[in-house]
Order: sequence, then structure tokens, then C-alpha cells
Amino acid sequence: MFTWLHPYAKTERAYALCNTLLPYFFITAVAGLLVGFVWGLLFAPSDYQQGDSFRIIYVHVPSAILSMSTYVAMAVAGFVGLVWQWKTAYMSMIAIAPVGAVLTFISLFTGAAWGKPMWGTWWIWDARLTSQLILFFLYLGVMALYAAFSDKTQAGKSAAIMALVGVINIPIIHFSVEWWNTLHQGATITKFGQPSIATSMLWPLLISIAGFIGLIGTLSLMNLKNQILRRELHRPWVTELLTSSELVSKKGAK
Amino acid sequence: MNTVSPIMSVMKRDLVLAFRQKAELLQPLLFFVMVITLFPLGIGPGPDTLQKIGPGVIWVAAILSSLLGMDKLFRDDFNDGSLEQLQLSNISLSWGMFVKVLVHWCVSFLPLLFISPLLALFLNLTTPMYWSLVFTLVLGTPLLSLVGAIAVALTVGLQRGGVLLSLLLLPVFIPLLIFATSAVESAALGLNYLPQIAIIGAMLCFAIAITPFAISYAIRVSHH
Repeated sequence: MFTWLHPYAKTERAYALCNTLLPYFFITAVAGLLVGFVWGLLFAPSDYQQGDSFRIIYVHVPSAILSMSTYVAMAVAGFVGLVWQWKTAYMSMIAIAPVGAVLTFISLFTGAAWGKPMWGTWWIWDARLTSQLILFFLYLGVMALYAAFSDKTQAGKSAAIMALVGVINIPIIHFSVEWWNTLHQGATITKFGQPSIATSMLWPLLISIAGFIGLIGTLSLMNLKNQILRRELHRPWVTELLTSSELVSKKGAK
Repeated sequence: MNTVSPIMSVMKRDLVLAFRQKAELLQPLLFFVMVITLFPLGIGPGPDTLQKIGPGVIWVAAILSSLLGMDKLFRDDFNDGSLEQLQLSNISLSWGMFVKVLVHWCVSFLPLLFISPLLALFLNLTTPMYWSLVFTLVLGTPLLSLVGAIAVALTVGLQRGGVLLSLLLLPVFIPLLIFATSAVESAALGLNYLPQIAIIGAMLCFAIAITPFAISYAIRVSHH
């Protein structure tokens, strides 16, 4: 069923695939972020209640939405690695992890920066904030476990198991934190939640989400290329690539 | 050959080993009591305050002391090679792991249950609060052991797994903490706390079904 996938277990093919895919993601990233940000930051109408400070939504919402899907993508890569024993799958898992962690951090940071003028506080123990913080810890755990092993195959397997434990836990954490929040929280300043957003604000938001997807793809692929080159440094094709290609011509130009 | 007797011998061996080192057996328990003693000293001895924070304090202390004791769950057996022998033997590794975790739970968490009336006294818990606490501890601590054992099995080959272990496990334990403390809180208000207990029970059933395989796989990875 998945035979068309199997060639990509070879690092050389995976590297070539990265090179093929990279331009598409890169163009999506540049176009999406440029259009989305310029439209959102300059041309979208300002909010009647929040004024211009709502514009942070164009960074905050994409990063918050995509941080969880990035975790799932990482866990799926780990699962593929465990099932078919591909080291390229482990490499992509660990290539995605830092991107996702930074994304989660961005969403937390912009959330705090937005919360200060709107809610009057940097941090509240709101359900969504809390589960985002826990997600951040889960990312860090996977990365720390991977970094702790010197044998990278073993590191990949271990981190993949931990990523899967995390992915089973994410819905439980989400649900439990929501319940906990309804039990504990007296004030409901967060109820401003999701007012139905005007179309003139929604379009730039959707475009910047697309841009973020492109950005995540670009960064992960570049990271994966790095991982492959570092791990396969002794392979002839890498040597050939490094000696023959543009690197040499650049050096020559210097 | 029947598979029961080798499993029983694994259980017996672990129990004997645990009871040979009685001092080590007591350490997590003492740690648990010490941590709980610190809270009234740090926060103030007001009975109302203590009653309010009591369930949370007991559960946080239980989680921390479980991390302390869990590190030793597989370490000695890994170092002296008996885990490898267990892997090579004809009994299923998942069963072996399950039994080892069970024994670990018996020696590290059962004493905690016996000492819990004292803690209830310390933290001024009412009788319904105490009983709900006991229920959550009975159902919740095996869950701590089972899920924790996965991470322990993954880090057993590392020289210094201690801090890493807490980084891996604490986020995963959060739901349990939430449900357990909310059960005790409901009990304090005189409400029905069965839903929370039922959820913890469901998580425990799920963990019993899944984790032995994950633990044995993790052990195999560690022996790579």
C-alpha cells in the first residue's frame, strides 16, 4: 500500500525530496506572510473595542492553531519511524520539534503581550494558556530526551515513544485543563473569546495562517536537510554534493 | 511449560530485593512526609488554608516522591543484566514488566496509603475529604507507576536520568493531578465525586491495557 513511500527511507532520496518541496513551501511562506501581515497590519480595519492592539492576532492565532498540529505531525513522523524503522522519519521528527517548540513559545509570548493591555495581566491560568504551556513542556521533553542519547538511532526511537505518549495525552490534558478551569475560575474576563470576526479581518488572518504553514514547512525541511547532511557525512553522495556544488564556487569567488 | 511460575518468581525476586534494603524502602515515604510538613511551615498553620490546599499538597508530594523512587525501578536490573535475561527468557516481556511495576507500586505507594490518615490529620481534612483522597490515591498511584515506567525504561541506559525523567513525566501527570484534586474538592463541598473517580479509573484501565507493551518496547530500545 505504501510502497511509493519506501524509497524515501533512503537519505539521498529524502534529501532530494526536500529540495523539490522546499521552493513551494518557501514561496507560500513569503507570499502568505507578506500579504497577510501587510493587509492585516496596515489595511484591515481596527477593532471597535481593542483598537489597533488586536492586530497581534495575525501572529498569535496562526502560531497557536498550528502549534498543536505541528506536534501531531512530529508524533506521526515518530510513529512512521517506529513502524517501518526509518531513520529519515526520526530525523524529520526531530527536525520538526524545535520549530514546533518555538511556535508554541511565540503563541505564549504574543498571548502575554496581548493579554497585558486587554486583560490587564501578563498571565492568567486560563484553560487555553495552560494547555499551551504544557504543550511547550512536552516539546521540550521530546527534544531533551533526543539530545540525551549519543546513539542517534536509539535517541530517535526513544523520542518517538515519548512523542506518542504525549500525543495520547494531549486530548486528555486539554479536556482536564478545561474542566479544571471551569471549576476554579471565578472571573470570566476570558469570555471575550471568539467573537465572530468580520470578513475584512478574517481574510488576512487566513492568508497569514497559510503563510505560517509555509514557514513551518520551510524551516522543518531546511532543518531536515541539515540533519541528513550531518548524519550522513561519511557517505559518498554527501561528499560529492559538498565538494562539487555551489559551495566550492562560492569559495572560489571569495 | 506454564507461564505462571516464572512470573511468580520474578515477583518474588523483586519483593525479596526490595525488603532486603529496608532503609531505601523508607526514603520516598519520609520524603513524602517531609514535603508535606514544609507546607504548613511555609504557608501558615491556619486550619482553613491547610484544608484548602491539603489535597493538592498531598498529590504534588506523592508525584514528587514517585519520581524520586521511580528512578530505581529498572536501574539495578539493567546494570547487572537481569533485565536482559528476562528479555531472553521465554516469558513475555510485557508480563514481566507489568509484574515489576506492580511490585514497585506495592513497595513504594502502599505504605503511602497507610500513612495517609496521619497526613489528613496534619492538613485538617474532613472525613469525606479523606475518603475521597484514599480512593484517588488507590486508583491514581498505579497510574503514576505505569506511565512513569515508560519514561524510566527509556532513560535507564543514561547515566543521569533524574532531571530528564521529571521533565518528561510531570506534564504527563497533570491530568491525574487535576482530576484527583477536583474529586477531593467536590467531597469537601459535599458533592458527588464519582465522575472524577470514574475518569481516573478509566485512565487506569487504559494504562493497564497499553503501557506494558510500551514499557517492554522501551526496554528493548534501551538494550539496543
